[in-house]
Amino acid sequence: MTTGQQTEQELYRSEPAVYVYEAPVRLWHWINALCVIVLCVTGYFIGSPLPTMPGEASDHFLMGYIRFAHFSAGYVLAIGFLYRIFWAFMGNHHARQLFILPITNRHWWKGVLHEAKWYAFLTKEPHKYIGHNPLALLFMHVMLVWGTVFMIFTGFALYGEGTGMGSWQYEWFSSWIIPLFGQSQDVHTWHHLVMWVIICFIIIHVYVAIREDIMSRQSMISTMVSGWRTFKDNRAVDDES
Amino acid sequence: MTETFYEVMRRQGITRRSFIKYCSLTATALGLGPTFIPKIAHAMETKPRIPILWLHGLECTCCSESFIRSAHPLAKDVILSMVSLDYDDTIMAAAGHQAEAIVEETIEKYSGNYILAVEGNPPLNQDGMSCIIGGKPFLDQLTHAAEHCKAIISWGSCASYGCVQAAAPNPTQATPVHKVIHNKPIIKVPGCPPIAEVMTAVVTYILTFERMPELDRQGRPKMFYSQRIHDKCYRRPHFDAGQFVESWDDDAARKGYCLYKMGCKGPTTYNACSTIRWNEGTSFPIQAGHGCIGCSEDGFWDKGSWYARLTDIPQFGVEANADKVGATAAAVVGTATVAHIAASAVKRAMQKGDQES
Ligand code: HEM
Ligand code: SF4
Ligand code: SF4
Repeated sequence: MTTGQQTEQELYRSEPAVYVYEAPVRLWHWINALCVIVLCVTGYFIGSPLPTMPGEASDHFLMGYIRFAHFSAGYVLAIGFLYRIFWAFMGNHHARQLFILPITNRHWWKGVLHEAKWYAFLTKEPHKYIGHNPLALLFMHVMLVWGTVFMIFTGFALYGEGTGMGSWQYEWFSSWIIPLFGQSQDVHTWHHLVMWVIICFIIIHVYVAIREDIMSRQSMISTMVSGWRTFKDNRAVDDES
Repeated sequence: MTETFYEVMRRQGITRRSFIKYCSLTATALGLGPTFIPKIAHAMETKPRIPILWLHGLECTCCSESFIRSAHPLAKDVILSMVSLDYDDTIMAAAGHQAEAIVEETIEKYSGNYILAVEGNPPLNQDGMSCIIGGKPFLDQLTHAAEHCKAIISWGSCASYGCVQAAAPNPTQATPVHKVIHNKPIIKVPGCPPIAEVMTAVVTYILTFERMPELDRQGRPKMFYSQRIHDKCYRRPHFDAGQFVESWDDDAARKGYCLYKMGCKGPTTYNACSTIRWNEGTSFPIQAGHGCIGCSEDGFWDKGSWYARLTDIPQFGVEANADKVGATAAAVVGTATVAHIAASAVKRAMQKGDQES
């Protein structure tokens, strides 16, 4: 945003752009986004199916296709997530940021507070970041790491029930996750509830990305497309990276 | 010396021919090949029968009722007579103090060798007063009998999971057997009641092979509880096609479409109903047009409604389910976002105004 104290010079003499998100990270972001949308839509219709199809059963496979789309997207999501973890090791240090919360760092917590104030209209200006801002990191870490892990584990536990005892899905997931929750019905309920948590996150995530793009001191949406972070002023950044 | 199974059977007037038939049917029920028929026969001819002590706690006796309706008459007669030879207060001849004496006698005589079959469960609140057997809390009888047994069969959902008497708020603190007895092998045969053929097959397996059938992680015999009703349901093609009953009296109900939208719990219930069926293989609930209520699953009374696909979540008020809770949350977040957009726009406009002036 324009801050008032900005001089005209500053507006034109912006800092050089930084290459933040490497291609695998960007690719993962957009594939993951697509998968989650497919999973939410098909998942909703698994829980509350569409109106009955007329005619013979042999003429239709609607529920079958919906479930197939769900499971395929589930596999892509899971494999993509594994690849993303792999890239956290291989990529630049920004690729690791999502996975590690600096919870022992007091400066970082102050950053969280500052961003929260910025969103509550209690402060005039946000900090300036090359990586994720602390509040964003907090939300994204919880949702994109742990939310995804939860959905993959419960999803594959449900999937293993269909592939049956002896299948790797059953042995790796269903065999211990179903008893952990008590029974299959509770796994369904939790898998379903967390979908709504994810939907809430998507609303916030999309809004905040657009808002930051307009009002913060660095670029957002174009960064996830090109990988380059650009800045709107040339004062110091707040994450010393 | 205790009699063998074969001797008991012959004494009951069963012919050799019927005996062999029984052995082959048992082998089939257990999913064993024909080579096992002589093995089962041999075991039954030579091994002393294993005594069974059948105790009843807080329960409705539906397990016993199911058991005595086993389709194969021999299985029923033989196993029933073997059971009643020892102790089962519903079906044995003795009563009162005489019956209690038999319990003690069996425990002493076969200490370390008998199978303890438990129907129902012990309530722990009010010092166990909610279930008194022979003047003492059932818990006492159960722990005493369990101490000397070889293994325990938890009959039905009561003994396995608690069932209706353990449904929230569970005022008597009815508690499944495995949460009270920790040092004995326990085999769970859940269901309300379990299928008769499943019960007799489990007993026969243990008696014949003198070991437990293979169990899953929750202690249920894999041969009967490894698949869901949904996996073998004959209405499954309608599920995959997306053809659902929408109300009890619609055309789809008459055509026998899938009961998923009517709250069928087949997709989350492990049992053999859709393969073995009930009452000598006549039918099972879904065939009769009603969804599965999930009677063989832990806590099925509290995973209602039986007529809704999504579980009620009472923590969020009456009749809330995952979709209602979630959609409400999403609406709140959505509204808050719109409000935030408006506030941001106003703030920006004001700052612009500041700059210009
Ligand atoms: C963002 C991630 C995901 C979302 C939002 C999501 C959403 C849902 C929802 C809402 C349901 C219906 C639950 C019910 O009420 O019965 C469902 C069912 C299911 N999901 Fe997912 N899911 C996700 C990831 C996965 C993954 C990774 C898998 C693994 C392959 C998976 C496998 C399944 C299976 C097997 C079912 C049960 C299908 C059935 O009962 O026919 N899900 N999912
Ligand atoms: S009736 Fe129930 S068990 Fe059968 S296919 Fe439909 S949901 Fe599954
Ligand atoms: S169909 Fe379901 S509710 Fe009915 S007896 Fe079988 S497991 Fe129990």
